[in-house]
Amino acid sequence: MRDFDYAVPSTLADALALMAGASVARPLAGGTDLIDHVRTGRLAPDLLVDIKKLPELNRLEASPSGLRLGASVPCWKVIASTEISRDYTALVDSCRIIGGIQIQNRASVGGNLCNSGPAADSIPSLIALGAQCVIASKDGTREVPAEAFCTGPGKNVLQPGELLVELKFPARAARSGSHYRRFIPRNEMDIAVVGVGASVTLDESGQRITDARITLGAVGPTPLLATDAAQALIGQAFDDDVIAKSVAAAKAIATPISDMRGTAEYRVHLVGVLLARVLKAAVARARGETFTYQPGH
Amino acid sequence: MAKKRVVSIKLNGDPVEFLCEPRQTLLEVLRDTLDMTGTKEGCSNGNCGACTVLMDGRPVTSCLVLAVEAEGAEVRTVEGVACGSHLAPVQQAFLEGAALQCGICTPGFIMQTEALLTENPSPTEEQVRFYLAGNLCRCTGYDKIVRAVMCAADKRRAAMDD
Repeated sequence: MRDFDYAVPSTLADALALMAGASVARPLAGGTDLIDHVRTGRLAPDLLVDIKKLPELNRLEASPSGLRLGASVPCWKVIASTEISRDYTALVDSCRIIGGIQIQNRASVGGNLCNSGPAADSIPSLIALGAQCVIASKDGTREVPAEAFCTGPGKNVLQPGELLVELKFPARAARSGSHYRRFIPRNEMDIAVVGVGASVTLDESGQRITDARITLGAVGPTPLLATDAAQALIGQAFDDDVIAKSVAAAKAIATPISDMRGTAEYRVHLVGVLLARVLKAAVARARGETFTYQPGH
Repeated sequence: MAKKRVVSIKLNGDPVEFLCEPRQTLLEVLRDTLDMTGTKEGCSNGNCGACTVLMDGRPVTSCLVLAVEAEGAEVRTVEGVACGSHLAPVQQAFLEGAALQCGICTPGFIMQTEALLTENPSPTEEQVRFYLAGNLCRCTGYDKIVRAVMCAADKRRAAMDD
């Protein structure tokens, strides 16, 4: 593997100074993408800054005002969190299917976002749940909504010297529910052919949708926020007609490629199948019904 | 070349210190520096699980962990599973169930099974299959492996009841 230096700072200020100093510095969280990319030569860092000892990046704080999730928190801690499992279920759905158990024990949600793969399993959930990305550099801090973070396959808004610190989620609204699922040709350990995430909020009757966010993965150069598909639901009673309208709007913005995992036509079809299932599950959860996502079923 | 580091870990219960380059993986150091060759290199990109070891009790693919990241960690490898000359129930079950062909994937499966049965002493077959999804057997002997894991779970529970 390429020669590089390694630093493990204990304060955010030290980490940001290191990120700003070296010619090519890369933050190291779980390393499940990064180490492979360095080994294969896709990335050529001079310095890896291990961010796992930084308190700000290890934060996992759920409170009435929302959730703060540090960028280096591994998937297993997200899965193990009772608050996230209860209020941000789409994110747990995602973390449970990122790689196998060994990968989930290392890989972070922040890393999955910064790797910025079009088929990344956590990003549609981050967008559907309204996450804000807190980015720091030695010059200050800025926030970017999750849907504006990725700019292309493997590309994002981070500038040299910047570090993703945490993801901030709004409090879960009353009578809201969320879900993410993907299609793969096997039961586990694969890259999404299509992934769909959604968060919906219902009125007091539990029948009418008052708010919705829908995200599509692997059907464009970045995960897509499907605004029209969500608008088709808002103010409507949740039934098959309204699902069909939302599906049509979602399919209209999907611009997938054809590759070995599926043709473009097949992927567009999958958007419809998955979105209908995701919406039904999110609505069930919003109604307080138990819906456990079991991959392979 | 980047400066070598001294790293201290607890390996199978014993304190161990080693010198490594930042670019060396935990897998490389275990095998090439510490002569613990029970842990196998398969794909070297985190897909196959052959290099699975337990780090602070959690299974990880040691090809995707830098040795320097293991500073202060408790690392458990297949060499630490048996108790003296007595095989652990998981090892005994793999042996009796002929749950291996070429054997390269076996240390990874053993470590993953150790973690599974510590977390969930009575898994269903489906839970076994999902927990072991990150371990590939190129000889495709999965049915015998899954049966061995179910049998190991029984053995471990029986041993605990004694």
